[in-house]
Amino acid sequence: MSMDRRRFLKIAGISSVLGFGAQIASATHTVWQKGLEPPQIEPDKKGLVAKQWAMVVDMSKFKGEEDIKKVVHACHHAHNVPDFRNPDGTVDRKLEIKWIWQTSYERAFPGFENQYMEHHLKEMPFVALCNHCSNPPCVRVCPTKATFKLTNGITMQDMHRCIGCRFCMAACPYGARSFNWIDPRKAGNLKNGVTNREYPARSKGVVEKCTFCTERLQAGKMPACVEAAPAGALLFGDIENPDSEVRKIVTSRLTIRRKPELGTGPSVYYVIGGNDHA
Amino acid sequence: MKLYDRGKITLGIIVFLAFALFPFYNNIGKVNARPEPKTDTPEILAWEQQYGKKECVESKEYMKAEHMQLLNNWRDSVVRDMYRQYKSDSNGKMFTMSLQNGCMKCHSNKKQFCDECHNYMAVKPYCWDCHVEPVEKEEVKS
Repeated sequence: MSMDRRRFLKIAGISSVLGFGAQIASATHTVWQKGLEPPQIEPDKKGLVAKQWAMVVDMSKFKGEEDIKKVVHACHHAHNVPDFRNPDGTVDRKLEIKWIWQTSYERAFPGFENQYMEHHLKEMPFVALCNHCSNPPCVRVCPTKATFKLTNGITMQDMHRCIGCRFCMAACPYGARSFNWIDPRKAGNLKNGVTNREYPARSKGVVEKCTFCTERLQAGKMPACVEAAPAGALLFGDIENPDSEVRKIVTSRLTIRRKPELGTGPSVYYVIGGNDHA
Repeated sequence: MKLYDRGKITLGIIVFLAFALFPFYNNIGKVNARPEPKTDTPEILAWEQQYGKKECVESKEYMKAEHMQLLNNWRDSVVRDMYRQYKSDSNGKMFTMSLQNGCMKCHSNKKQFCDECHNYMAVKPYCWDCHVEPVEKEEVKS
C-alpha cells in the first residue's frame, strides 16, 4: 500500500490526539485511585512533633539488670513482642524478637574497650535499641520501601509491605532487627491472646524492630520504655530543637553513640560515666 | 457416517457430562442464603440512640463497595504519613483511622459482620494475621 505525504500526516495527527486523550484518561484514573489528602485527613491533635526524635541513655541511672528488665518488659508488653523460650526456660536465641534489649559494653561499643578499663564498666549491663539513624542503611536496602523514614526522623516499618527478604537485617550494624521465623502468636506469652489489644501483632515472615513508639507519640504520650525507666535514665526529645532536654545534655556533656564511624548518624546517645566525671 | 464404538463413546460423554455438570444440577432449587451482616452491636445501638440513626464512616452503599480501598488508603495515611483522623465525606464527623481501635470498636461482632460476607464470597483477607480481633460477645438477642 502506498501513502502520500498528506494522508500520512493526517493519520499521524489523529493518532497523536488520540494518544493525548488516552494519557488524560489515565491521569484522571490515577486521581481516582490516589490516596487521601488533607484536609480530609489530619494528624491527632494531641500528637507530639519533632524534626528528629532522639534518646539519651544515662547508664549511671540504671541500678543493675532489674531496671533494664523492667524497661524491656514495658516495651515488649506494649507491642505484643513474642517471648520464645526453650523447654528449659532460657531465651530461644534463634526465634528471639527484640525491640529493646540488654547487652554488654563490649558489644555495644566495640573498639572502645581496653584492658585497663574499669571493671565495673566492663561488666555493666547496657540497653540497646534501634538507633533511628539519620542515614539508615536498612532504609537504603529495602526493596519495597517497607522500612522508611518518617518526617519526624523515626525509622519506621510498614509491616503490610515487608516481604521478609531480611536485607535490612544484614544492613543494620546494630542488630536491631529481628525476623519472625514462625507465627509470633505461637509464643508462650501470646498464646492466649496478645498482651496489648490496642496494638497489632505481626505475622510470620516479617522483620520488626523498635519504632520509638510512634503510635504513642502520635497520641501525645512518651515511649513506653521512657515511662518505665528510672527517673532520668532514658530521656527522649527532639535533638534538632536547641531547647530540648536531650539536646542540652548532648551539647553540655560527653556522650557516645554506637558505631558512629559507619556514618549512619545514630540518634541514641549514651552517657556512660557518673555525674561527676562524664 | 459410520461411528466406531458408538456405545462406548456415548457412555463416555454421558459420564463426562454427569461429572462436569454435577455442581449445577446438584444446586438446582436450593436457595443460597444471602449473607446478612449484623449491625446491631451494643455500641452501634448506643450510637443510634445518641445521633438518631446508624452511621458509619461513609454511606452504607459506599462502605459495601469500597471499604477495602478505604482501608488501604487509611493504612497508608496512618503508617506512612502519620495522619490519624479522617473526616467523613457523608456526615462530616471525625473518625480515628484504625481497624482495631476504630472500626472494630463499633463492629465488635467480627463473626457476624466481617466473616458473614467474606465467607460467602470466599475471600480471605489477611487483616487478622496481625490485627487483633475484638473479643466476641454473646450473640445479641434480636
